[in-house]
Amino acid sequence: MNQPLLEVTNLEKFFPVAGSGIFSRERGTNKAVNGISFTLNEGETLGLVGESGCGKSTAGRTILKLYDPTSGSIKFEGEEISGYSHSKMKPLRTKMQMIFQDPQSSLNPRQSVGAIIGASFEVHNIKPEEGVKRAVQELLERVGLNAEHYDRYPHEFSGGQRQRIGIARAIALKPKFIVCDEPVSALDVSIQAQVVNLLTDIRDDFGMSYLFIAHDLSVVQHISDRVGVMYLGKIMEIAPTDSIYSTPHHPYTKALLSAVPIPDPKLERKREQIVLTGELPSPMNPPTGCVFSTRCWKAQAKCFEVEPILQKVGKAEVACHFPE
Amino acid sequence: MALLSVRDLRVQFATPDGIVDAVSGVSFDLKEGETLAIVGESGSGKSVTNLAYMGLLPKTRTTITGSVVLKTEDGEVDLIGMSVEDLRKIRGKDVAMIFQDPMSALHPYYSIGDQLIEAHQAHNEVAKEVSRDRAIELLALVGVANPDERLKAYPHQFSGGMRQRVMIAMALMNNPKVLIADEPTTALDVTVQAQILKLLRDIQAKFKMAVILITHDLGVVAGAADRVNVMYGGRLVESASVNDLYENPLMPYTVGLLDSIPRMDQGHGKRLRAIPGQPPSLIQLGSGCAFAARCSRKSELPNGKCETSPELKAVSAGHLVRCHLYDSKESVK
Repeated sequence: MNQPLLEVTNLEKFFPVAGSGIFSRERGTNKAVNGISFTLNEGETLGLVGESGCGKSTAGRTILKLYDPTSGSIKFEGEEISGYSHSKMKPLRTKMQMIFQDPQSSLNPRQSVGAIIGASFEVHNIKPEEGVKRAVQELLERVGLNAEHYDRYPHEFSGGQRQRIGIARAIALKPKFIVCDEPVSALDVSIQAQVVNLLTDIRDDFGMSYLFIAHDLSVVQHISDRVGVMYLGKIMEIAPTDSIYSTPHHPYTKALLSAVPIPDPKLERKREQIVLTGELPSPMNPPTGCVFSTRCWKAQAKCFEVEPILQKVGKAEVACHFPE
Repeated sequence: MALLSVRDLRVQFATPDGIVDAVSGVSFDLKEGETLAIVGESGSGKSVTNLAYMGLLPKTRTTITGSVVLKTEDGEVDLIGMSVEDLRKIRGKDVAMIFQDPMSALHPYYSIGDQLIEAHQAHNEVAKEVSRDRAIELLALVGVANPDERLKAYPHQFSGGMRQRVMIAMALMNNPKVLIADEPTTALDVTVQAQILKLLRDIQAKFKMAVILITHDLGVVAGAADRVNVMYGGRLVESASVNDLYENPLMPYTVGLLDSIPRMDQGHGKRLRAIPGQPPSLIQLGSGCAFAARCSRKSELPNGKCETSPELKAVSAGHLVRCHLYDSKESVK
């Protein structure tokens, strides 16, 4: 078997939390990503889902080395990059890119679209044969905008169009891997569908891999080959998309899926919902044993003491002592 | 007679770029005890419609016309053109509202006890203790543990879901007949959304309120609404019972909207059927059908037909649609 494009092992990212007052010491650590492992193959899309605060965005950013990992290993094309410095990462950035949630704040309002997308070529000193301007115009057309948009500014575009600009920038250097962090969450449904289709098309055209981070489970199901479910900085379950949506093994996955409303009144009203009680515990002080134990209806004494590790259950890998 | 009756409501904003027709002639009725969902995308006018008659739009550069008649204990009143003082007596008492973002809707400097008690004192001449008891009762009802203690807490000490529960408690302080919920679960995670939607269903049954649920999420609508109004470009384009709308959508926009959502029950990898193009600019929208530029069935009609505005007409009992495709259908009363 070929080596995976990306291999993440026991990745941790902790943030120090300051106490009150200017001179106070650290009050604790926010364990945003608390030991996650997964692989991503070439051309594959891995969806990462979970509720706010589960660490899915931090995971994405740490893998791209936008944050320095606290510990763990990140291998990209077999190369260990977790300890790389900023300058050592630079050549790799042509191969790994990111698409952000909010196209309003991720595009410089003072730069024209041409300058924003053209910067990718300039920074890496890449000179396309046809010239930067023509290359940018081709990219604009590829993402469904017009070549004439080259001289316009971000504020002249709608949210969906701005997201297309962000996509054009990400694919400018034909990367192998893109982290998509909630790329369609800020868009209206009719526009969301356009952007999801565009992301699928360019992935298949260029043979790229995505780490697709989103809280919307229906969108993730649509675009992903495999899905990982995160809770409090840990992966609870990771499985092929069809399997995880039809037969979830982890109680949390089950609860999460049952909470997603179905746009069909008859199905929606008769389906069974698991309404979780309680609140998400603080990532500064996660529960001992299984992190989900405080809200799990199946929890037993063992769950509060021993932390479950990912184990094979059917087609899935599940971190649960009593999988469904 | 309906509890709330909106007739030909129009809202215009004067902006430096020109007049924005945010709402252009919306009419609908809200019956007692029903849940009416108003669905639409950003800029469709779904929020502005309700903010207009609640007197929550800026006074300057805004023109509101039409009538919104509410049945109250003192008879029928028209909320449009009412004085600020009179409207204040109705707001929070007969009609209450909850918003998308409870962090910005609650005052960060006052304890939630102060805010809940104030909401009650504003409409009732009773001792503060009475209001306090009411606050404790309602916090318990919406599922806040230790309500007695939590009265002293400030909004930032609550999680997003808990803040939304506090907002709901505040809205219920005076037993409103109408609750307007403007994207009440949009900022929440799915598991918390499920909790809040269940809570809203429970209290609606208990208090026998009518609810106007403003949302863009057709999944939420499917589970919560009795009737659905679909808005596009500041107009009501379709109105039907919830089952009717999902089984038999008529307006091409509604059809497109239902097609464009990825559905978890339909497997993975299927291509989404997106609606092409962009939502219209509301500046100089013109009189034609606002959806014409994106409509896939425009070619079925004679050339130029869609440049004239279609009327909202009933094609079957309780199913209204604004589209020229249904011009030839018999109008049903």
